[in-house]
Amino acid sequence: MENAARFSFLSLLRHGTGKVWDRQWRDAQPKASYGVVIVGAGGHGLATAYYLAKEHGIRDIAVLEKGWLGGGNTGRNTTIIRSNYLQPESADLYEHALKLWETLSQDLNYNVMYSPRGVLMLAHTHHDVQVFRRHVQANRLQGIDNEWLTPAQAKVFCPPLDISAEVRFPVLGAALQRRGGVARHDAVAWGYARAASAMGVDIIQNCAVTGFSRSAAGAVTGVETTRGPIAAGRIGVVTAGHTSVVMAMAGVRMPLESFPLQALVSEPVKPVLPCVVMSNTVHAYISQSDKGELVIGGGTDAYTSYSQAGGLHVTRATLAAVCELFPSFRRLRMLRNWGGIVDTTPDRSPIIGLTPVPGLFVNCGWGTGGFKATPGSGHVFAATIARGEPHPIAAPFSLDRFCAGRLINEEAAAAVAH
Amino acid sequence: MLLIPCPWCGPRPENEFRYGGQANLTRPAASADDAARGAYLYLRDNPRGRHQERWRHRHGCGRFFNCVRDTVTDRIASTSKIGSL
Repeated sequence: MENAARFSFLSLLRHGTGKVWDRQWRDAQPKASYGVVIVGAGGHGLATAYYLAKEHGIRDIAVLEKGWLGGGNTGRNTTIIRSNYLQPESADLYEHALKLWETLSQDLNYNVMYSPRGVLMLAHTHHDVQVFRRHVQANRLQGIDNEWLTPAQAKVFCPPLDISAEVRFPVLGAALQRRGGVARHDAVAWGYARAASAMGVDIIQNCAVTGFSRSAAGAVTGVETTRGPIAAGRIGVVTAGHTSVVMAMAGVRMPLESFPLQALVSEPVKPVLPCVVMSNTVHAYISQSDKGELVIGGGTDAYTSYSQAGGLHVTRATLAAVCELFPSFRRLRMLRNWGGIVDTTPDRSPIIGLTPVPGLFVNCGWGTGGFKATPGSGHVFAATIARGEPHPIAAPFSLDRFCAGRLINEEAAAAVAH
Repeated sequence: MLLIPCPWCGPRPENEFRYGGQANLTRPAASADDAARGAYLYLRDNPRGRHQERWRHRHGCGRFFNCVRDTVTDRIASTSKIGSL
């Protein structure tokens, strides 16, 4: 760390006497030129900048953000972390991320509150049982922990769960990834920002990209922004739900559709839910934050939209499902409901890599489940930008797979059915 | 929930309908290359703003129709029968 003081037990003691904490990262002003510009200061973009600086020695970096740091999907998701996807390519990618999560707080010297409390995925139909048991077997072959629980075992692991047979969607079993869990989403953005900023990365807020400048040969030479032009030899677009809009400025059409995905939190209560519970069939996923709020994720709207709100009937269906799974939650009041815009691909797998435009790279398509991949995504995207060729883990997730037909189908593993 | 004016049945609530994605995609010729075929299958405009799209009145007349909607406000500018957009 060059700027921010290192967090330690001693520094906590010192600040316990009333010393005000310093700002943890620089709110930089844009320079005329950078080696690399990252568009989007969410978790994935900040992680990309961090690993570029740390592992590839590239520190002449600006991360441009049209709003505020971590104010998009990084601050809107339900913070679930797991790696129990089906296809080998996905297993490599998400497990790479999960391994980084396990040491991220130490690596960043910032507590991201990673809590591997277990992710329980409920099966409600015969088809669910078959699919999840297949996932369990596939994961074990890939060396990823995942186990099958009977309804009684699921009840032991998660006591508030209703496993009675007469409910509308009875629990027929569950897949459990014990290493899965949650992390504090804001802390992930702040931790990466602090560590990247300390290595010289400029994080520039309220700076929206409005276009790309190109050389005669077509390569990108910089970005036009609301705060003036910024030259850059390499540009990484990491703008989640707005990727189609940004890439259209470079003349690239994307295999993406953007949907509002909603979440909500309840009033805080005493510890009641010891793990993360997900149900693809009834469209609900739920965990309890360290503040005591139940964090509930719902479904996407049926149609593409940038409204960042979503239809209330979608949330009503989610709450109905949650109340059926957990009858004791019926009396809870909900505090807030919001939407984020998620960019979904046809195969529900992300796109990480090169684009038809020289110098322009893209990392997008994380759909309804990008948070869990934040460290791995940034790590392999940084290597891709630094070397000008895909990192081996990122290679299958190329943009041109949609022409080649090498899709990576994760529709069954994605948390939200589409 | 949107109130969607079906060109045949009039205004009905969104949950009677199924979204059909971007309208006016043209199927490439049988001789088209992989790039053209991949673009037809998977590439979408996904604009922030005015969007031409298809819907189907699944729990009503069952028919497809075209719709122009703003993807920021979700306001529907117009709907029309297939072939007339």
